[in-house]
Amino acid sequence: MQITMKLNGKPVTADIAPDMTLLQFVRSQGCYSVKCGCETTNCGLCTLWMDGKPVLSCSVPAARADGHEIVTLEGCQEEAAEFGAFLADQGAEQCGYCSPGFIMNVLALFREYEDPTEEEIKEYLAGNLCRCSGYEGQLRAIRAYMAHKKGGESK
Amino acid sequence: MYSIRTYVKVSSLEEAYELNQKKMNTILGGGLWLRLGKKNIQTAIDLSGLGLDQITEDETAFFISAMVSLRQLEIHPGIDTYTGGAVKESLRHIVGVQMRNCATVGGSIYGRFGFSDPLCCLLGLDCEVELYQAGRIPLAEFVKMKKDNDILVQVILKKTDRKAVYLSQRNSATDFPVVSCALSKGAAGNYAVIGARPCMPVIVEDREGLLERGEEGWKTFAEKVQQEVAFADNTRASGAYRRHVAGVLVRRGAKALWGGAEECR
Repeated sequence: MQITMKLNGKPVTADIAPDMTLLQFVRSQGCYSVKCGCETTNCGLCTLWMDGKPVLSCSVPAARADGHEIVTLEGCQEEAAEFGAFLADQGAEQCGYCSPGFIMNVLALFREYEDPTEEEIKEYLAGNLCRCSGYEGQLRAIRAYMAHKKGGESK
Repeated sequence: MYSIRTYVKVSSLEEAYELNQKKMNTILGGGLWLRLGKKNIQTAIDLSGLGLDQITEDETAFFISAMVSLRQLEIHPGIDTYTGGAVKESLRHIVGVQMRNCATVGGSIYGRFGFSDPLCCLLGLDCEVELYQAGRIPLAEFVKMKKDNDILVQVILKKTDRKAVYLSQRNSATDFPVVSCALSKGAAGNYAVIGARPCMPVIVEDREGLLERGEEGWKTFAEKVQQEVAFADNTRASGAYRRHVAGVLVRRGAKALWGGAEECR
């Protein structure tokens, strides 16, 4: 079956199998930041935005994305790099495997909450698993990023 | 992972209903639970083109369409205020925001999953489901019905005097609940809903008016729940543990609803 969507700002049309997932589709289009890490729908690694909302692409049928707008890390590199620098500064990244999904969800968090509380941050990011760390570095990075965005201390 | 032969984005509920009469065909909700199985689906029926992703409201009720995501329901300000945060509490612990952006109310309720937090919570409120063929049915009746080939169109959360609190116990954050509990208070009667036993939620009515009698009454009612409800073992917890925790949750919920305690989580 044929589907058409806007992927990272560009219209894409392709023939797909009816049971292809959105994860498989975006990877077939070269978006290799999007990965499947758990097979049980709860690690957050496959996070991308569908019409601006973060979703688990491992569970969204590609056919359902027909006519919608999809953004992966490849489509917001500038913003991702800006936040990524804060992650690196805090030594939050170890293997880095979970970072693309994590960054996509952090950026989604700031689209939904202008000034999230600690509890809101933790709740929003609870679905992004990192098996290297205890999340402290990531939380420090978020606080530093927020301070930077508010025009306070620089990184 | 499931397999699909044909994918149909239907243009009407009638078309969906006709397709759904064949055993090999399946309606897709959020596709999250389905993805964990290995079902061979002849025709996958996608309702996402029918505009069933809205929550509307009139003086009598909130109308929650089948394809509304759990996240939409969670952050709906009207429902949050009306239910005193109960509905939000039943959703915010489920996996993560991305998952709740995918999972649908229709899938969660139609599936009648024992582990479903929103199902347990909505049973504590005055809710009906609207099915395409069978029409409106009280949610408490719907959970007892055998699964058939009808289609859940919307959940109707009626604006009555009923108040509820929702509590759950999890082995770790974002996991399935080990036991879930809603306490419900209203002129037509007070009751508790106990879910994740691990099977389907059940209702225990308070015919003796125990919940209105303060701390001693709450304790007696919690014991009644522990005696009357069947709990079973699975990999997450034993039935005995569930029974113990259910008693604690019932007492805490009663304290919140009848004792004015703010903190019940």
